Amino acid sequence: MNFFILTIIKAALVAFILLTALAYLQWLERKVLAHIQLRVGPRRVGPHGLLQPLADVVKLITKEDMIPSHVSKVFYMLAPFIAVMFALIPIAVIPFGGDLNIPAFNLGGMTIGPIHSTMELTDLNIGVLFILGISGMGVYGVALAGWASNNKYSLLGGLRSSAQMISYELPMALAIATPLLALNSLSFRTIVNAQAGYMFGFIPRWTIFQGPFPFMFIAFLLFIIAAFAETNRVPFDLPEAENELVAGFHTEYGSMKFAAFFMAEYCNMVTVSCVATLLFLGGWQPPFPAVYGSSLVPALLFIGAGLISFMHAASPARPFDRYTLPVVGLVSLGLGGLFAGAAAFEMFPDMVKGNAFLTGSAAAAGMMMPIVWFCAKALVILFVYIWIRGTLPRFRYDQLMSFAWTFLFPVALINLFLVALWVALT
Amino acid sequence: MDALLFMIFAAVAVVCGVNLVLQTHPISSALSLVGVMAALAALYLLLGGEFIAAAQLVVYAGAIMVLFVFVIMLLNAGTEHKTHKSSWAKIAGVPLLVAFLGMVAWLIQGLVPATESVVFGEFRKGTALEIGRALFTTYLLPFELTSVLILIAILGAIVLARKEIE
Repeated sequence: MNFFILTIIKAALVAFILLTALAYLQWLERKVLAHIQLRVGPRRVGPHGLLQPLADVVKLITKEDMIPSHVSKVFYMLAPFIAVMFALIPIAVIPFGGDLNIPAFNLGGMTIGPIHSTMELTDLNIGVLFILGISGMGVYGVALAGWASNNKYSLLGGLRSSAQMISYELPMALAIATPLLALNSLSFRTIVNAQAGYMFGFIPRWTIFQGPFPFMFIAFLLFIIAAFAETNRVPFDLPEAENELVAGFHTEYGSMKFAAFFMAEYCNMVTVSCVATLLFLGGWQPPFPAVYGSSLVPALLFIGAGLISFMHAASPARPFDRYTLPVVGLVSLGLGGLFAGAAAFEMFPDMVKGNAFLTGSAAAAGMMMPIVWFCAKALVILFVYIWIRGTLPRFRYDQLMSFAWTFLFPVALINLFLVALWVALT
Repeated sequence: MDALLFMIFAAVAVVCGVNLVLQTHPISSALSLVGVMAALAALYLLLGGEFIAAAQLVVYAGAIMVLFVFVIMLLNAGTEHKTHKSSWAKIAGVPLLVAFLGMVAWLIQGLVPATESVVFGEFRKGTALEIGRALFTTYLLPFELTSVLILIAILGAIVLARKEIE
């Protein structure tokens, strides 16, 4: 019974954080794109437009949910559900951090715990294959949406998307197989644990740094390129190229059904970034050893953010910044203090011995440290996504296809072969 | 729990299979087939064949069926038309079907040994490691022959496609 309750709590937590993150990813994208194009981006709702995602959600929910008369109704309604369902499922097998150990504690006269678990929903033996399989099913949402809309732009978008996803799945699978050869497992947790430690004391043993130099790096680049195409992002966003296909497969969709497609796209981005982090960038392993102070990084970041907030609160750009920014600053300072405490606890364990509260909070922050590193790496990849959207123009459709089949696929195959040779020889 | 899950996914597979035949529109039939494939993957997983389950999902439910749906959409195949011509089929169809199903059930009952039954969680050799080892030791020759066969099929497809262009 404990297992069920724990799983439900974890699932609720992951779902809540993921959905919030999706909304704010969209805010981040608008903000970064705006700054790339020398604009300021959303700024009206909340400080720096921070409540804009909330406003967008309210707008999308309250819009009239109309169904065009010329669509095939069942598939038209089914498509967004399929898209969003197969986008949300893969997050279940992605581990965010190390082990979760909570000692027994009292809550209103009831003893809870001790809880021993892992920071993920489930650890499958075939986690990598599971993600490949489920993300392959996501094509149906897009293809069905295009076909059921009964509109030439939608149909072309859906066809393009299916062809593109089938084509780019091959180089992506080959690029994923490359680190698997070296790490010898299909479970994400084992894969990340195999990347712990440092070469020569300072180079992390992440997959990208393992083996003879260029191969793993090439595999990483291939994976990122194929992942861009799989998630229909610029420069491969042909299925929704607005200057030729209006909005592609979701031309006929509005209100929450459009939001479902939007959410699926961002969720796929998050999944792909997480997979790249786990397979190539060492998951939650810090980039340099704790003896050089890697545990202090989150503390310094949070304290810096807190200080900057206070600085802006002292000279507010708008009247209510005087009241909102100090709250943000205080929260950041508190989190920074917690992480600083955890780092200090790690370096000088005698310092907090005996004090139950200090020990507890330091241990909690210590368990959060891997999550911070994991999120930092995934966010870097997500930032690259947005960066490229603001930088590169779109491919032409025939260029997209010939790029996949005549360049990406052979390179991935040769790369895999060479890595297999290296693994066989060592 | 395992038996319950088995019943659920078996029911899904059967319902999707029946729906596949009953639907008149090709897209509906193709999607029912996807349902059958996915339910089969879940059944493999229940029986301990985790790698086979993943392969079923990736290859059949993912790649092959996407290709089916893609082709149906590309050709814009319409609903199938019923002929309503064969009166013989109307009269003899149902009794013959019942007789056929009865015969199949009788044959299967005769073939299945009465003592052994499947225990969920007993089979533990379905991991990628075990499958790979079996493929490259015991079944090396069939495995390599199959890959040559697939290569020939690909070459054939290329030859046919080339001819059509010229």
